[in-house]
Amino acid sequence: MSTNALALPAGGHAGSRGLWVLAWLRFCRDRVGLVSLAVVVIYFAIVAASRIGWIAGDWSKEVGVSYAPPSVMGPDAAPAAAAAPDATAGPVADDTGVVDPLAEELAEIRNGLAGLSDSEPRAATLAFGGDKWGRDVLQKAIKGTETSLLVGLAAALLAAFLGTLFGAQAGYHGGWVDDLFNWFYSVFTSIPYLLLILAIAAVLNQKGTATVILILGLTGWTGIFRLVRAEYMKHKVREYVRAADVIGASDARRMFVHILPNVSHVVLVQISLHVVLFIKSEVVLSFLGFGVGVDTVSWGSMLNEAQNELILGKWWQLAAATAAMAVLVTAFSLLTDALRDALDPRIK
Amino acid sequence: MPAYAVRRLWQFFPTLLGVVLLVFALFNWVGGDPAYLLAGKISNPEQIENIRRQLGVDQPYAVQLWIFVKQIAGADFGASWATNEKVSEIIATRLGPSLTVLVPLLVISTILAMAAAMLVTYLRGSLTDRAIMIGCTVGQSVSILVYIIVAQYVLAYQFGWFPVQGWGNNLAENLLRYSALPVIVGVIVSLAPDIRLYRSFFLEEINQDYVRTARSKGLSETRVMWVHVLRNAAIPIVTNVMIQLPGMLVGAFLIERFFSIPGIGREVILAVERSDFPVLKAVTIYVAIVTMIVNLAADLLYKAIDPRVELE
Repeated sequence: MSTNALALPAGGHAGSRGLWVLAWLRFCRDRVGLVSLAVVVIYFAIVAASRIGWIAGDWSKEVGVSYAPPSVMGPDAAPAAAAAPDATAGPVADDTGVVDPLAEELAEIRNGLAGLSDSEPRAATLAFGGDKWGRDVLQKAIKGTETSLLVGLAAALLAAFLGTLFGAQAGYHGGWVDDLFNWFYSVFTSIPYLLLILAIAAVLNQKGTATVILILGLTGWTGIFRLVRAEYMKHKVREYVRAADVIGASDARRMFVHILPNVSHVVLVQISLHVVLFIKSEVVLSFLGFGVGVDTVSWGSMLNEAQNELILGKWWQLAAATAAMAVLVTAFSLLTDALRDALDPRIK
Repeated sequence: MPAYAVRRLWQFFPTLLGVVLLVFALFNWVGGDPAYLLAGKISNPEQIENIRRQLGVDQPYAVQLWIFVKQIAGADFGASWATNEKVSEIIATRLGPSLTVLVPLLVISTILAMAAAMLVTYLRGSLTDRAIMIGCTVGQSVSILVYIIVAQYVLAYQFGWFPVQGWGNNLAENLLRYSALPVIVGVIVSLAPDIRLYRSFFLEEINQDYVRTARSKGLSETRVMWVHVLRNAAIPIVTNVMIQLPGMLVGAFLIERFFSIPGIGREVILAVERSDFPVLKAVTIYVAIVTMIVNLAADLLYKAIDPRVELE
C-alpha cells in the first residue's frame, strides 16, 4: 500500500491544508483502506442497532429445533423424528407398564418453560442454523459481535488513555518522572502479557464485561506508552513548544493542548491496532470461562460451545463465529495499515 | 561490554523488586483473605487456617511481604492449594513437556517463516507477494482456537493421523507421536505474524547501501539475498525468537490444554480455575526472571554479532 508518493490535487484551496485533511485525501486514494473502512462502519452500525435492540433483541428465544441445520442443508431427519413423540406427550405408559403420575405436570412445566416458542411451531431449519437450544446462530453471532467489539474498543480506549497519559508525563518531564514510569514499564513488560492477564483474572475471580475491559486495558498500555513517550521527547524541544513556553503556557497546557494534537495520529493508529489485539484476547478469555458472564454471548463462548458440537457434526456455530470474527479482524487490520500509511507517510 | 552487562545486571534488582511488589499487591492485597476463596474448595477448616498462618494473613502487610520475599529467595513457594503437591515439584515436572513441544515448534516455525519471508522479499511487489501478505492478514484474523479445534477434529478425530490428545512416558514417543499435531498447529498459527515481521526485517536490509554495492559489483541476486541480506536480517530474527521464548512458555497454554499436554501453560490455566495462588505466584516470578535474563542475553548477543549496535 504505497500511497506515500502523493501528488495533491490542485484544488482552489487558499492556504495550506491541515494534517487531517491531507491524511484523509491520502486515505481516499487507498482502495483497500476504503473498503475495510466501509466494512468496519457496517459492523459498528450492526452493533449500534443490536445495542438499541432493533436487531437480535430476541437472540435467546428458542426459535428452532435443537441443532436446526442451516436452510441450505434442508431439515435434519433424525432429530425431527426424535422430537415428534415429545410433542404428543400425554400420560403414556412406558415399557414397565406403569403410568407416570407426573407426566401431566411435567408436560405443563415444559410448556411453561418453552414459553411463546411452543405456541408457534419450532422451525426445522434456520437461515444459519441453530444451537443446542434451538437459538438462531446468526442472532447469536450478532450479539457476540456486539460484546467483542465493545470490549475491544473500550479496552483499547482505556489502554490508549493510560499509555498517552503516562507517556506524556515520562517523555515531557524526563528525569526522575521518566525513570519512574520506565521502571513501571519494565515491571509490566517482564511478565508475559498472557500470564499477567490470567493472574489478574484469577485474583479478581469474577466474570463480566467490565472486568474484562479493565483487565485488558490495565495491562495493555505498555506499547502505547513507549511510542507516545518517544514522540513527546522529540516534540518538547521543538520551536512551537518553546514558543508556547515563552507566552506563559503551563506544562499541562503545553503537553495536552500543544503537543497532543501533533502526536494524536500515533495514538489513533495504536488504538486501531489494539482493538484487534484485545478482541483476540477477549475471545480466548471468554473461551476459557474467565471472560464475559454466562448470560452474555461472545465469540469466545460460542467457540466453546462449538468445540463440542463439532464432534456431533454440527459445524455451523463454529463457522458463524469464525466468519464474523475473521471479517471484522481482517478489515480492522487492513484499516490500521491504511491509517498508518495515510497518517504517517514516511513509514513505508 | 562487560561494564554494560554489569550495569544491566544491577538494573535487575529494581525491576525484580517491582515484579515482586506487583505480584504481592495482586495476590495478597487484591486477592484478599484466602479463606473466602478456599471456603468451597477445601473442606478441612484446619487446612485453611494453616494456609492463612503460612501467608501471615493476620499480620501487617510488611510482614506478609517479608514472608513472600523469603519464599522467593528460598525458591520455596509451599504446596499447591488444590493438590497439596509441592510447587517446586509441579514446575520441575511440567517444564519438560512444555519444552518438548516448544523447541521443535520454535525451530520449525522460524525456519519456515524465514524461508517464506525471503521468498516474498525476493518477489516484492509482485502478485505472489501481495497474495501471501493478504493471506497472512486473513490467516491472522482467525482465532487460534479455531485452528486448534478444526485441526484436532479433522486431522486427529476424523482422519486418525494423530492421537486426539494425550502424553506418554518416554521422550521419543512424546516428541514423535504426541507432539506432532500440537507442533503443526503451532507452526500454522505462528507463520502468518512471523512472515509479516521477518519480511519487514528483510525489506529494511534490502534498501541498505551494502546491498547496492554488492549488486553493482556484479553479484547475482541469489548471492546477494542468501549471503549478504540473510546474514544481516538474521540478527533481529534470532533475537526476536529469543525474546519470544519465555512468553511462549505460557502462551502455548491453549495448545497444551486442548491436547492434554502436562506443561506449564496447562498448569497455569488449572491454577486460575482453582484459585491456586501459590502456583500462579511461583510461575509469574520465575517467568519474569527468565524474561529479564533472556532479554539481557538477547541484547548482548545482538552486540556480539553486530558491533555497530550502540548499547546505552
